[in-house]
Amino acid sequence: MNRKKALQAPYLFWSIMFIIIPLCMIFYYGFTDKTGAFTIENITAIATAEHAKALWLSMLLSLVSTLLCLILAYPLAMILSGMNVSQNSFIVVIFILPMWMNFLLRTLAWQSLLEKTGVINNILHFLHLPALNIINTPTAIILGMVYNFLPFMVLPIYNSLVKIDGNVVNAAKDLGANQIQTFMRIILPLSIPGVISGITMVFVPALTTFVISTLLGGSKILLIGNVIEQEFTRAGNWYLGSGLSIVLMIFIIVNMVVSSIFDKDGEGAVL
Amino acid sequence: MKKRMLSIMAALCITCVTVLSGCGASGDGKNGQVIVYNWGEYIDPDTIAMFEEETGIKVIYDEFETNEIMYPKVETGASLCDVVCPSDYMIQKMIDNDLLAELDFEKLPNAKENIGAQYWENSKQFDAENKYSVPYCWGTVGILYNKTMVEEPVTSWSILWDEKYADNILMQDSVRDAFMVALKLNGYSMNTTDEAELETAMQALIDQKPLVQAYVIDEVRDKMIGGEAALGVIYSGEAIYTQRENSDLAYVIPEEGTNIWIDSWVVPKNAPNMENAHIFIDFMCRPDIALKNFEYITYSTPNEAAKALIEDDDIRNSSIAFPDLSQYNNLETFSYLGEEGDELYNELWKKVKSN
Repeated sequence: MNRKKALQAPYLFWSIMFIIIPLCMIFYYGFTDKTGAFTIENITAIATAEHAKALWLSMLLSLVSTLLCLILAYPLAMILSGMNVSQNSFIVVIFILPMWMNFLLRTLAWQSLLEKTGVINNILHFLHLPALNIINTPTAIILGMVYNFLPFMVLPIYNSLVKIDGNVVNAAKDLGANQIQTFMRIILPLSIPGVISGITMVFVPALTTFVISTLLGGSKILLIGNVIEQEFTRAGNWYLGSGLSIVLMIFIIVNMVVSSIFDKDGEGAVL
Repeated sequence: MKKRMLSIMAALCITCVTVLSGCGASGDGKNGQVIVYNWGEYIDPDTIAMFEEETGIKVIYDEFETNEIMYPKVETGASLCDVVCPSDYMIQKMIDNDLLAELDFEKLPNAKENIGAQYWENSKQFDAENKYSVPYCWGTVGILYNKTMVEEPVTSWSILWDEKYADNILMQDSVRDAFMVALKLNGYSMNTTDEAELETAMQALIDQKPLVQAYVIDEVRDKMIGGEAALGVIYSGEAIYTQRENSDLAYVIPEEGTNIWIDSWVVPKNAPNMENAHIFIDFMCRPDIALKNFEYITYSTPNEAAKALIEDDDIRNSSIAFPDLSQYNNLETFSYLGEEGDELYNELWKKVKSN
């Protein structure tokens, strides 16, 4: 028993130090003003035009990116799960390989690819094709989000697909189901836990990002993550920044609750 | 009580982080260390190596991108530093909030001797008795434009509102600099706290936003060199560098006037290595070192002895590096506007950004 406790100690220290205490501080700052008095103004500040707009835009962009990730990831996961082990582990590695590089670097690379005088436009120009002007627009931000978060969608779906017992699929075919019926009534329902956890794992980082919107949006598009970041770093208003973070947490928790309803067994979780 | 608990927690967290980060930067020189917190790309790395070699003091060097990012770090003590290089108005704010230590000028002979009298005089705007700061660089803010992309002569800030250059304009992504442009355009002081004037400026910035390609800080330089944009708001020091890289670029101080700024070395009150901080500042004021830095970063140096050492006549007489300020009558230096002023600016800037 004692040994078990000793083994727990580092994790306990870790979670208190880096999860519980920071969380308490966020809540403390979120509910106080400069004089230290209790206030809910930092929370209700989300209703002001600038903040509400930033939140709405973040929701919209992250929903679109999540949807795009899902559309791209599901067929890919199907293909991967249909392959034999030696082939698919190679492809999975290829797929994860870019993730070994720093996320900031990869986003910066997109910046120089998409620029007006960037690589893509130079090639288009060479081929006498019209230029691609999406840098510093919401489209570029969505592209950045999809690119960065796609693996987080593919892996859980792939995981839940490979877990489906082949006999179940064979039984369905045996009983006369065609391809579409098998997919709709057997494969899709069984892969839902993976889809749900994929959605969470894409939606949450996309909702809170501020790096992608700064780099690919030219700081012209203010997402809620940017608002919070700037309250901390530039405006020096930790109270408002914390208050808005709490609001954002509420949205994330709602998303988590919805996922946990669908994913009761935690089957789709990979990380 | 609750508050006390919290501050204890915060202290615990901070100690933990400093201990951890301290470990990373271990290995003091034989005469201890000095922690320098400076603007990005604002020093010749060779001078740091020379300093370490000559003095045996290890330099721990960190960079910031804007004054606003630097301030909370120094204020909360989250990162202890010995030497910081903020701009004029931020120095005033730090003095007002009692964050700076008085310098011992007995230990700064090079600074006393080499920094030109006019720069000490200018410094009095934010450091009334010249007690807290030693000028490091100074300059103006103006428009950098690409001669192949802009046909007409550039004389006024209003060209940044010209629809011809839509998606070809780079603005500064820092609140005071962006507002300076809009305030000067409308003929107001860039230190105004008058709400009506600021509303006008905000509206101007909102009107301008669809024409702006991006709000950037250090990237203005590379984007202008690469021909990514036609016009950009830039610090004079960057202008010389960009011209070296791309001869199509030209720099103008608009006729409505602009910001004349000074970045100076200061020492925070809670600096752990006060003695070494003085040694470092004085070393940076040595003519050969100041010259090296000027040649590397191309920001105007207030160091007269270093200026005299510049070999290239074009640079020594450059109107960008060392403009004759008497021909401008509407130059201003930023001053600290108080907490309320800061909040007002931030509020309005957020409205511009979210629009």
